[in-house]
Amino acid sequence: MKFVRLAVAAVALLAASGAQAQGKTQLLVYTALETDQLKAYEQGFYREHPGIEIRWVRDSTGVITARLLAEKANPQADAVMGVAASSLALLDSNGMLEPYAPLNLDAIMNKYRDSKNPPAWFGMDVWGATVCFNTVEAKKRNIPKPETWQDLTKPAYKGQVVMPNPASSGTGFFDVVAWLTLWGEKGGWEYMDKLHQNIAQYTHSGSKPCNQAAAGEFVVGISFEYRANSNKAKGAPIDLVFPKEGLGWDLEAFAIHKGTKKLEAARRLADWASSKNAMILYGKNFAITAQPGVAEPLPNIPKDYEQRLVKMDFKKVAESRARILAEWTKRYDAKSEPRK
Amino acid sequence: MAAVLGARAVARQRVHWTDRAGELMLAALAAALAAFLVAPLAAILLQSIEDARGRVIGLDNYFAYFETPALAHSLWNSVWVSLLVTALVVPAAFAFAYGLTRSCMPLKGVFRTVALTPLLAPSLLAAISFIYWFGNQGVLKEWMQALGIEQIYGAPGIVLAQAFSVFPHALMILITALSLADARLYEAADALGTGDARKFFTITLPGAKYGLASAAMVSFTLVITDFGIPKVIGGNFNVLATDVFKLVIGQQDFQKGAVVAVFLLAPALLTFVVDRMVQRKQTSMLSARAVPYAPRASRGFDAAITAYCSVVVLLMLAVFGMAVYASFVKFWPYDLSFSLRHYVLGLVDNEAGTAFGNSLKLAFATALAGTATVFAGAYLTEKLRGAAWLRATVQFLGLLPMAVPGLVLGLGYIFFFNAPDNPLNFLYHSMAILVACTVVHFYTTGQLTAVTALKALDAEFESVSASLKVPFWKTAWRVTLPICTPALVDISRYFFINAMTTISAVVFLYSPDTRLASIAILNLDEAGEPGAAAAVAVLIAATSLVVCILYLGLGWLVERRTQTWRKPA
Repeated sequence: MKFVRLAVAAVALLAASGAQAQGKTQLLVYTALETDQLKAYEQGFYREHPGIEIRWVRDSTGVITARLLAEKANPQADAVMGVAASSLALLDSNGMLEPYAPLNLDAIMNKYRDSKNPPAWFGMDVWGATVCFNTVEAKKRNIPKPETWQDLTKPAYKGQVVMPNPASSGTGFFDVVAWLTLWGEKGGWEYMDKLHQNIAQYTHSGSKPCNQAAAGEFVVGISFEYRANSNKAKGAPIDLVFPKEGLGWDLEAFAIHKGTKKLEAARRLADWASSKNAMILYGKNFAITAQPGVAEPLPNIPKDYEQRLVKMDFKKVAESRARILAEWTKRYDAKSEPRK
Repeated sequence: MAAVLGARAVARQRVHWTDRAGELMLAALAAALAAFLVAPLAAILLQSIEDARGRVIGLDNYFAYFETPALAHSLWNSVWVSLLVTALVVPAAFAFAYGLTRSCMPLKGVFRTVALTPLLAPSLLAAISFIYWFGNQGVLKEWMQALGIEQIYGAPGIVLAQAFSVFPHALMILITALSLADARLYEAADALGTGDARKFFTITLPGAKYGLASAAMVSFTLVITDFGIPKVIGGNFNVLATDVFKLVIGQQDFQKGAVVAVFLLAPALLTFVVDRMVQRKQTSMLSARAVPYAPRASRGFDAAITAYCSVVVLLMLAVFGMAVYASFVKFWPYDLSFSLRHYVLGLVDNEAGTAFGNSLKLAFATALAGTATVFAGAYLTEKLRGAAWLRATVQFLGLLPMAVPGLVLGLGYIFFFNAPDNPLNFLYHSMAILVACTVVHFYTTGQLTAVTALKALDAEFESVSASLKVPFWKTAWRVTLPICTPALVDISRYFFINAMTTISAVVFLYSPDTRLASIAILNLDEAGEPGAAAAVAVLIAATSLVVCILYLGLGWLVERRTQTWRKPA
């Protein structure tokens, strides 16, 4: 009897999850999270807020940001989750975000949230620069494992380094920002001049360099932590290198879209997304969460990873973006024919 | 000549009221194209004269773009690569189409279907497959290097992958161009003892002129606007289409992105001019008294053309086969054991049924709506006598879509249809908008195919029926449509397959309820799962292939029902 009742309930639930869920508030959330992460986070949220249903529009960071900006005149999304903080800062400067201080804001580290009060966005977790180093191909070519950014300018790596084009990819851009922060304007560009001599390709996505290293197309791919870890977990013969001088980084972040008709439900999602329970879920994929001390240590990640992150001011970076990209394009993109 | 002019003048005096109805239909079509093509396009292209805050600043964005050294580079790269691909593809596709229409080659249906395989998957798949063949871990990398090509990334990869994926587009137009021929011309030539070569250059080629010009323009424009292939296999080889991607997706700089998109429209303008020029000289191959041409067996020629077509088909199967192989391999290139992991992953990512269901819905709706619209448009522009400017407008609008990169079209749809004061706003986030966008996106090849088929028919059919006071739609239904059914079948199949695989425009328009299977391909490749991306592509291709086989059956039925007049008595 109990089973039958349960089955009936399940069917009813399924029917309700159609277009018009009975009594459930539907939130349209734009995201750049991975599909498997989405499912875990969604279930975590439903456990605490069964009255709200999330409907995802998922794509790469660039596409989602472009879509949100294009929809600015008549916004569709209620909230944005798991999209780069640099993108959210851009949306904020367009006046598109609804500031809100979620329940657990105090627990979130200052450097991982918008500095305004209440903040327009807050971070969920950090994705830092990571170098994927293919050990099998390196051995074939007798190439040593790099430890620092400077190592990558050595002649041994000629034609074997791939990095994202900063004009196409946020990951590529924070690498450039990190080098300029570490060595100043002059030193930073000098470094990139030397690195350019060894670059095989500037790719149009931040994941691609690590994917290419994982597939043995090139030996060294400058990419980011999550992609490196997931490729290694799949069995790719790669080592993860976190160059000692310092790492560029960005946040997966959360924001409420201005003009949402479901502000209350969006705030509940914000509260949950900033909670410890959510952070524990983020910590399964990322070594650094916005609340400190929550994430379990991940394999392949050094203990001082967080100390290696360079200082980032998202607002300032957003302001200097056009200038940096113009300089970068002038130096490397216009003459980036494949070298012999 | 005088007699013809006289007949025209007489016909014009007695404009049947049905012609007015035809003009109204044409006006309705023009209005639809204005709403679903011109307005969205204008919504995004006008941004090229605005700044980021939406103020009109004139041509500053253009000047800023001219000053970047990247422009000259990308422009030159785009042009020469597109020209090279066109020069390779058009003769190759012409020979293939010639074999299919003018020889007694066996297994024509199979050849034709296999030649369409590049359409079955997004162009991305071709790029992935070429990396597996010729990449740094590629199976045939040494062969390539022996030919003096250092690496596949860059121009070589782009040319190869583009040639592969553009081939069927050119082929479709050329088959239509060659399949309608008047046997009397060849008989007369035979009677005069004309040699084969001379017959080819004086009868066959001039008859296919319009198709050849169209095929060349389509190839050129498709290559110059595609960003999927250069993005994956282009390495550091900058082209205009990747510049649009960098500006719009990488930097969300819609204004400068729109500037580049404006440049990409240039080939469409050129196509329109060339189209007009060729049209003036083209005479219809199939006069009302025509006797359909039937190829005669010729052992040497048939063997040679069969061999050629077999080579082409084998190359296509090699490209596609590599993708299929990769989809079943555990971890390329380090663990080549068999695994279904990619299929599981691909299906899970797609939430199994829903996305495939949506894709099928989209494809069927696009095939129906697209074929009807395209054919109605082509018929009215070709066969109506009045409303010259309206006909020219519709014709020109039909040529525009192929020059618009998908991502520009998609963003234009957002700007236009999502605007709060747009009465069509209710379409936004619906399946209907995906259908409209996809029909518009693939309109050009459909139109060119339909026009090529219609051009071959003598206007005398219409003149005769007009003088007998038969409404034009009766003539269309009883004469024109049956003669054109093979082309119609081709067009609807073309819409169907492309709707199954389209990514670049719809990625901006789908909602949680209208997720499409093809979008997962891009996302899986991005996530470092080219195998799973290939797996989803293979599943989509398999679905399309089943539909293609149904089409093959349909084509055979249609052939028997409507084309028996082509067979020698």
